[in-house]
Amino acid sequence: MIQLRNIRKSYKTGYTQLEVLKGIDLDIEAGAFASIMGSSGSGKSTLLNIIGILDEYDEGDYRLDGRMIKGLSQTEAAQYRNRFIGFVFQSFNLLPFKTAQENVALPLYYQKMDRKKRQALAMEYLDMVGLADWAEHLPNQLSGGQQQRVAIARALITQPKVILADEPTGALDSHTSYEVMQLFQKVNKEGITVIIVTHENDIAAMTRRVIRLRDGIIESGGVAASASS
Amino acid sequence: MIDFDKWQEIFNSIRRHPLRTILTALGVFWGIFMLVLLLGAGRGLQNGVEYEFRDDATNSVWVRRGVTSLPYQGLPKGRRIRFTNEDYDMLAEHFKEVEYLTGRFYLSGDQTITYGKTALSYSVRAVHPDHRYLENTMMKSGRYINETDLKEYRKVAVIGAVVQKDLFGDEPPLGKQIKIGSTIYTVVGSYTDTGGDDEMRIIYIPVSTAQKVYAGTEELHQLMFTTGDMGLEEIQQLQEEVRDAFARRHQFDVNDRKALYVFGAAEEYQKFMNLFAAIRAFVWFVGLGSIVAGVIGVSNIMLIVVKDRTKEIGIRKALGATPRSIIAMILQESILITAVAGYLGLLAGVGAISLMESIAVEYFRSPRVDLGVGIAATLVLVAAGALAGLMPARKAAQINPVVAMREG
Repeated sequence: MIQLRNIRKSYKTGYTQLEVLKGIDLDIEAGAFASIMGSSGSGKSTLLNIIGILDEYDEGDYRLDGRMIKGLSQTEAAQYRNRFIGFVFQSFNLLPFKTAQENVALPLYYQKMDRKKRQALAMEYLDMVGLADWAEHLPNQLSGGQQQRVAIARALITQPKVILADEPTGALDSHTSYEVMQLFQKVNKEGITVIIVTHENDIAAMTRRVIRLRDGIIESGGVAASASS
Repeated sequence: MIDFDKWQEIFNSIRRHPLRTILTALGVFWGIFMLVLLLGAGRGLQNGVEYEFRDDATNSVWVRRGVTSLPYQGLPKGRRIRFTNEDYDMLAEHFKEVEYLTGRFYLSGDQTITYGKTALSYSVRAVHPDHRYLENTMMKSGRYINETDLKEYRKVAVIGAVVQKDLFGDEPPLGKQIKIGSTIYTVVGSYTDTGGDDEMRIIYIPVSTAQKVYAGTEELHQLMFTTGDMGLEEIQQLQEEVRDAFARRHQFDVNDRKALYVFGAAEEYQKFMNLFAAIRAFVWFVGLGSIVAGVIGVSNIMLIVVKDRTKEIGIRKALGATPRSIIAMILQESILITAVAGYLGLLAGVGAISLMESIAVEYFRSPRVDLGVGIAATLVLVAAGALAGLMPARKAAQINPVVAMREG
């Protein structure tokens, strides 16, 4: 599903170049449930952003579901994100002025889906994450765990091939964190590839594969690892 | 359906920032309002002055007598120039380009006019038949002075509408006999005049009759003529030729400006028209200035809008919003606000102008604005507002979603 070959990425900070990724080789098969771990500054979020086509890379090759992801126009990148990838963020990133239902339906708006159809689908996905009764609530009327479940529903509604979650439990207490992780497990069982960035060992332990990153290179769990491990 | 969604998004955004929306709208509103108001007021001023000119033909030339101020070929200065019927004949014969020509003979002071037991005082002008065209006299009943009156020295009078009302009330005046001083005249016509009541307090009689009855000479006090559709330069040249002819006949230096006064209304009218051209240019300058201020206001606000919505734009991009859809979202809001505010400014401006219309001031009359100009200005402002919003919108669309989401 995901193939990374010698991916390099550096950021300009003032006059110096900060190399964040120093040649990443990584394969993640379809249907995987993986976590990317590492201390802050290890490059794990950057890696996730490159996989999610939110950020560009300087060198190397990236194939997503067999498609070369390189030198895409902004419009193409937006369409790939919309069709193939669902995002879940640490800070939920729900639009504060839209109800839970409208937030979930938003990705379908960019697929130009009919409004009624969209709202009905959004309701289905809200029901799936157990929040059907909260459809008309605004994000600030929901708890952190509920907000993250809305965000997961939003990520799932386009039926993406990959769910990318950046510290999805970072802002939640441990009980809620487990609930959210159970949800991810359920999603994964339906065949969707789930990749989670985290620095919490117990969260990583709930996935089936752990990729460790250190100073911009993969320390363990890279190409060599297999689903059976 | 999709359009409905777009509108909902826009109204949502507007509702969330009422103050910002109002400030943007106010800038645009004020720009259009001022432009419309200024254009209307400028127009009103012009109409007002044109109205002041309405009484007299704008192509009329007046020739008045003076006193020589330069000696000429042995003749001393200080000689009084006098016109006679010969001067009238000379103008009629030698200046074929003259359209209508008349002399005027004034009876000294106001005359007592008597009808039955009513005796009132009015001014009396003795004129040629063409005089009616120079004063824009409009016949209400009967006829004006004609050539036969002049030839036969008839004692006939044409009275103004005010005179008629004062002397006759509702009685028909035609054929009635009135006394001007001690001489009896027959009323043959009554007239109205656009120049107002004062112009309708005058009685016209044949010039030949007046010369015979009141002077016993062929003297004329003044000569007036119109120039048809000649241009300003032709009129000025004609005026010089007339001056030349009079200088030769009356033997004064042609450069002696005090011996003869030749006054062209067209010249004066042209001066006013030039003034208005200047005022119009000024009005446009100020009006466009306020529109530019409105545009700058819009672009400023759009910059703030984009800054404010950076995080939202980042989220939308992560969810699959294309740059085009981001630009459209921001521009549509800007266009909606400027269009509505511009339209309201147009309405308010037109409303204010119709209020001004009820104000009666001299030199100010029927202010009016070309609605096409107002609509064009609004469209320009909307387009400029969109253009002003385009830069920040494009910038917003290029934002890296990761960086954008980190904000706020």
